[in-house]
Formats: sequence, structure tokens, C-alpha cells
Amino acid sequence: MNLKRRYLRDRLMQLLVYLGTLVVLVPLFFILYYVFVQGIGALNWEFFTRPPAPPGEEGGGMLPAIVGSLIVDTLALLFAAVFGIAAGILLAEYPDHPLNPVLRLVADVMAGLPAILMGLVAFVLVVQPMGHFSGLSGSVALALIMVPIIIRTTEGVLKLIPWEITEAGLALGLPRWRVILSLVLPAARGGIVTGLMLALARGAGEAAPLIFTAFGNPFLTFNPLEPMDTLPLKLYVYAISPYEDWHRQAWGAALLLAAAIMVTNYLARRAMRS
Amino acid sequence: MADDVRMETKDLTVYYGKHPGVKNVSLPIYDREITALIGPSGCGKTTFLRALNRMHDLNPIVRVEGKVLLDGEDIYDPSVDPVLIRRRVGMVFQRPTPFPTMNIFENVVAGLRLVGVKDREELRRAAERALKMAALWDEVKDRLHQPAVGLSGGQQQRLSIARALAVEPEVLLMDEPTSALDPVSTQAIEDLLTRLKENVTIVIVTHNMQQAARVSDRTAFFLDGELIEFGRTEEIFTKPKDPRTEAYITGRFG
Repeated sequence: MNLKRRYLRDRLMQLLVYLGTLVVLVPLFFILYYVFVQGIGALNWEFFTRPPAPPGEEGGGMLPAIVGSLIVDTLALLFAAVFGIAAGILLAEYPDHPLNPVLRLVADVMAGLPAILMGLVAFVLVVQPMGHFSGLSGSVALALIMVPIIIRTTEGVLKLIPWEITEAGLALGLPRWRVILSLVLPAARGGIVTGLMLALARGAGEAAPLIFTAFGNPFLTFNPLEPMDTLPLKLYVYAISPYEDWHRQAWGAALLLAAAIMVTNYLARRAMRS
Repeated sequence: MADDVRMETKDLTVYYGKHPGVKNVSLPIYDREITALIGPSGCGKTTFLRALNRMHDLNPIVRVEGKVLLDGEDIYDPSVDPVLIRRRVGMVFQRPTPFPTMNIFENVVAGLRLVGVKDREELRRAAERALKMAALWDEVKDRLHQPAVGLSGGQQQRLSIARALAVEPEVLLMDEPTSALDPVSTQAIEDLLTRLKENVTIVIVTHNMQQAARVSDRTAFFLDGELIEFGRTEEIFTKPKDPRTEAYITGRFG
């Protein structure tokens, strides 16, 4: 019949699919390539081991921002994991709990809010009562961004665990909380870790919510109760500065950040497969 | 055969929403016997079975009315903790359910370890005892620390039985335990049932009438949520009193 035309249409569609893939991939590779080329020159020993030089002077590095990012992001992930996993368990394992409609609404709204608003919330909740900026308040802001992601992934993977596992546990005379903690959560471990990593990757790239919380700090500190620098914050400050050398370092920070987030994403995907 | 009643339902009705899946069933379950529940699909036998250890509790649309007595005590009394009931009345499901993150040994002793039994020697003894009762010991004794999901379907089901036995229940409920298994594994589990009843009271739901006739001491025939007939298995299968029972066991429907 019109077999020939169907083959032709098939090939046309294939072509469109490949073309669409290309349209998506080309800008991605272009961005990565550009960041790499611009940033690789800034990555030297000094970049990783020195605090910033005073404005206008050459040299200096990103050590406070690197340390700050590690501390602020880790704390944020800890806060977000506790609340996010707990809420995910409630939504998935106790679907009729009266709190759930509210929880789901809050999670959905939070997921849609601009990141800078989370900074504002953390400013009111932490910075104002403390009386000064701090890495901790930045962690709270980032945690607010991470929580809805963790809630969703946790709920999703827990719902994939066969109900038979829960029933088998209950039939052994185990209390419900023990079944969830020792049987259901371990079975969902890979997926939950993936959610945590994705949330970390999302939060670690944010600068806006940190502007009036973590604030930035040119001096190396390990104390999250003091103002702290992070890579995205430094990137932002350096990028809008008038100094050539700071621009160079901003590209370096961009490359480091992109690499760190890609590695995190890669690890998340590996955890998902196992 | 001592005619001691171990469990008993009195006017047990189980509603799914407004629809009763089990209607006014009063049935005695005799100590250290095998009671088979037979009937066509959707007749309420599994619903009835799950009411015997409060497995319906987690389903908010299910409502249970009437009484289920275990040694004379109503297990639906508000003062009764369902967790303690399920320790005494265990359950084996239609499909094997090894816990995927645990090895064979951990699976068998899960019901003990997860309530705080820590003594390694005690756990090892319990595992060996349960696996021997479930006729699985010889096949797995050299690979106790390998993942349980690596076992065959028949082995996994015997593992599920061993796991249920490890907590030493007084009553074991079995919901079509061999329906997903090949004839050899089915045979192994039927042999096991006959040995188990020396210690444990067994209630088994089965679609397979030959199985009911082979292993059970008493048989209850369910139809549309009602208990049609209950009696000694040989009587149910040789001279049923109700024409519907006779129609079912002679294969005229179901």
C-alpha cells in the first residue's frame, strides 16, 4: 500500500527527534565549553588555598568561599534532609493523615517560590533574631529551597516500595514505625540518596538567597555563626566588580561550581541505579 | 485430635466501604489442626483470613464488626495492641516477600532482631530452627549471608514461612501460599504443613481443592462472603450437606 510513505515519515520523525536532541545539547555543551575555557586559567594553587586579595590587587584566591560553600551547603542539606525525609514518610506511608493536604500544599508552593524569597524568610527567621548575618542563616535559606525537592523524591520512592514488604513486616508483629525504619526506608535508600544529591546540587548553585543571609566574608572562617562566603555569592560579587582579575576569578568559581554540581548529579544517578 | 478451639469468630462481618466482603461468619478454629478456607474468587476467604490478625487495620475503608476470639479474648477489643496479636498470629502471603535489603539469615530473624533480640547465639539458633522447620536449612545453610532475593521462588516462599515461624506464632495464617509455585515446591510446602501442625495451628486459604483435601483437617466453604458449610475435611469432600458445596467441589462452578 503506502508502505513507502510510512517509511519516509518514520525517517522524517527520526530526523526531527535527533534535531531536537541537538538543539538541547548544543547550548549545554557551548555553556560548559565556554565556562571551561574562561575558567580553567584561574584555577591554580593560589585559587584553592588563599583568601581574596584586597580590591584592585592582583592574586588571592577562593579558600573562604570554598570552605564556606562546603559548610553552608552541608548544614543546609542536614536541615532539609531531616524535615524533607520526615515529610516524605508522612505523605507516602500515612496517606490519610490529616496534616497531609496542608503539607502537600506547602511543599508545592515552596517549590514554586523564587529562591530570593527563601533568603528573605531566613533573614526574618534567623538574621533578625541573631542581630547579624551568618552562614547558618544562609543554610536555613538553602534548606528551604531543598526541602520540597527532598519531600517529593522521598514520597515518590517510598511509594514504589511494594506494599507487601510493609504487610510482611507487620505480620511478624513489628510496630509500624519499626517497619518503616528498618524495612521500607532501607529498601528506598538509593532513591532517597538521589533526592538528597539533587537537592544539594540545586541549593549549592544559589547566590540570591545568600545575599542578605550568609552575606559574604573575605576572611577564612569555619564558624557558621559568622558571616560566610560561598562560591555562587563570590561569583556574583566578583562578576559585577570593575576589576579584570576578579572577573577571571569569577569564571574560575563558575567552573568549579559547574564541576562540583555535575559530579554531584553523576553520583546521584549512580546511587539511583544501585 | 483434641477438639480445643484456639480461635473463633462470632458474627464476623467485614465491610469494604459499604459493601460487606464477609457476612456474619461464625467459625471455630481448632488447636493444632489445619483449617482450609475454600471457595471461588471473591468469596471473601482472604478477607476473612486477614481479619484474624488485624491486617485490615491499615486500610481505612475496611470496617470489621463482630468478634474474633483468640483463647477467648476478643482481638478487636480497644485495649488490645494489634502488634501483640500479630506476634501470636503470623501470616504468610500469596507471593514470597523476602526483605530485599537483607540476606537470608537477617530475613529469617528479622522478627526477632527488629524487636531488640541481640544475642548472636540466640539468633543463630532461632534461624536454624525456623529454617529446619521450613525444610530450607539444607539448601541454604552454607550461604546464609547471601542476599535472600537470589533464592528461587519456592525457596523464597519457604524463607517467608521460616521468617514467620521464627517468632514462634501460635497460629499461622496462609493466604494461598503455593499458588505462585511449581509442583515440586508446592509438594515441599504441603509436607511442611503436615509437620508444622504438631506445634502450630494453621489456617490456609487455597484455590486448589485437591490441596485442601490433602492437607487439611477441617474445611470451610465460602460463597459470596458467607460461610456455607464447615466440617471435617473428609465429610465436606465426600458427603457435603449443602448443594452449593457439592456443586463447587465437583467443579460445576468456581
